[in-house]
Amino acid sequence: MTMQQPVLPLTGIVPPDTGHYRGDHLLVAQMVERGSKVLDVGCGEGDLLQLLETRGIDGRGIELSREGVNRCVAKGLAVVQGDADTDLINYPDDAFDYVILSQTLQATRQPRVVLENLLRIGRRAIVSFPNFGFWKMRLQLLIGGHMPRTENLPATWYDTPNIHFCTIKDFVQLCGEINVKMERAVALDLYGRPLRLNAPWWFWNMFGEQGVFLLSRAGKAR
Amino acid sequence: MVNVQSIPSPAIHTDERSHEADHPSSLLALFGADQPLKLDCGIDLSPFQIAYQTYGELNADRSNAILVCHALTGDQHVANVHPMTGKPGWWETMVGPGRPLDTDRYFIICTNVIGGCMGSTGPASTNSASGKLWGLDFPIITIPDMVRAQAMLLDRLGIDTLFCVVGGSMGGMQALQWTAAYPKRVFSALAVACSTRHSAQNIAFHELGRQAVMADPDWHNGRYFEQGTHPHRGLGVARMAAHITYLSDAALHRKFGRRMQDRDLPTFSFDADFQVESYLRYQGSSFVERFDANSYLYLTRAMDYFDIAADHHGVLAQAFRGVQTRFCVVSFTSDWLFPTSESRALVHALNASSARVSFAEIETDRGHDAFLLDVPEFFDISRAFLQSAGKARGLKQDRPPT
Repeated sequence: MTMQQPVLPLTGIVPPDTGHYRGDHLLVAQMVERGSKVLDVGCGEGDLLQLLETRGIDGRGIELSREGVNRCVAKGLAVVQGDADTDLINYPDDAFDYVILSQTLQATRQPRVVLENLLRIGRRAIVSFPNFGFWKMRLQLLIGGHMPRTENLPATWYDTPNIHFCTIKDFVQLCGEINVKMERAVALDLYGRPLRLNAPWWFWNMFGEQGVFLLSRAGKAR
Repeated sequence: MVNVQSIPSPAIHTDERSHEADHPSSLLALFGADQPLKLDCGIDLSPFQIAYQTYGELNADRSNAILVCHALTGDQHVANVHPMTGKPGWWETMVGPGRPLDTDRYFIICTNVIGGCMGSTGPASTNSASGKLWGLDFPIITIPDMVRAQAMLLDRLGIDTLFCVVGGSMGGMQALQWTAAYPKRVFSALAVACSTRHSAQNIAFHELGRQAVMADPDWHNGRYFEQGTHPHRGLGVARMAAHITYLSDAALHRKFGRRMQDRDLPTFSFDADFQVESYLRYQGSSFVERFDANSYLYLTRAMDYFDIAADHHGVLAQAFRGVQTRFCVVSFTSDWLFPTSESRALVHALNASSARVSFAEIETDRGHDAFLLDVPEFFDISRAFLQSAGKARGLKQDRPPT
């Protein structure tokens, strides 16, 4: 699959010599205010952090894999080796403006606790995750009768880090349960393009390949 | 009788070591009675001197200075031929033109620590009050004392802020102490294979080394220089034991296994039949040629006392509260002297202080010594960290990244 051109109005973000960024990364970057302090949990090889740094954002990262961490540090990024499930507890309240969990929620042991920690450490959280309600997933289970595998989630059921899949609908429900305010929600199609904004939730839950949510603590004016 | 071999007498004699301690082959900063070094033990050390080496050029706005802190048995000769042994500097892989600590770009300073034996005041130096060598009359020094002395040298050199403070092992302890004691004077810190406190196991190993020195009849309660001796056997044993802790089981197995030294069959004696024995004996005997036994006692003690959290009500994060320094912490998988768990505790404390920190654990079987060896991943990380910090510091990026 070739990387798609950014379809969002994000002029000035992509430096001309660094190639293309992932659609969901561009969307996340657009949600972050310039000059803010960001923690990227599960930052992989630091692609998103590098994108954020081009916008003058003070980015930090946590990554589980040693190889990923060392590649990040070798890029000059402030990344530490750590586990979202166990290490977020070491961060103080309100340490960051945004905490980002990009395509990692489904790989955590306790997604709810992780989500609560994100919004304790950060004033806002940005969470993106693969939507298990995506029509291709449903079709594979319904017609094929096997655990779904897609281009973006190619792992077999017995060899996957993803242990807590959810649908967009499930996630929205969890946000309600733990009193989290959804400031913005976007569903992306298979190519990382946002679905049309006025679509109903069931449409997103069916045709969104992934969901990207900007969250804040409910009940507090910020 | 069964053949016995012990550590041979050193080729370099006490006189030569003593001369280097007072009149080092290095730059020298003298601090007179008006500028005592206030030691943690309560004593004002005065007069005292600091021997140091520099590499590269200090830029016009004095913003490119890097202080390299040496480890327990290191010295200021980080990237030049050692004046006593004739061997290359101990960190030439790291410091030099085009190296991660690029002398074409940064001004590198390395001081011999207070308590050392290569020209900074220590037990091997002459006590000007008595005209005799200090020996055990020298006051007990700490890691914070070493750093305080370095800060006085930087004042003397007119360097207000270090671009970076870099060190491994005891050098890493100094780097961390710098950030805790002088956070505003340190723009970035690279702390390698170290800890914010010396563990019980490490204190135990140091005690073993000290007891080995003191058990040597040539030690003479620390006044061996007056007897024309040097406790080379005791110090050699101390070094052999310590050297094992710098390696790893895997590295020893890979390098030596059970291979014999220049023979096919055991000699049924206490001769060095095994390669690993021969190697350790060599390590012991080459060390005693260049190092003062009393200095070894003092420096190991300084490491034992080190505990940054203890100075901050036992809460490590308090030590780094509000610190603006950019940190890079590096550990090695097979280092059991300063294991990754120690670095991780530091990183957690730095996270709790919202400090900007990178932390990489590098996979290697070479143990604690890995920080001194050719480990490309470590160099890449160090280089990138310094380049990124240099960008933030506004240093000229005149050399394209390699």
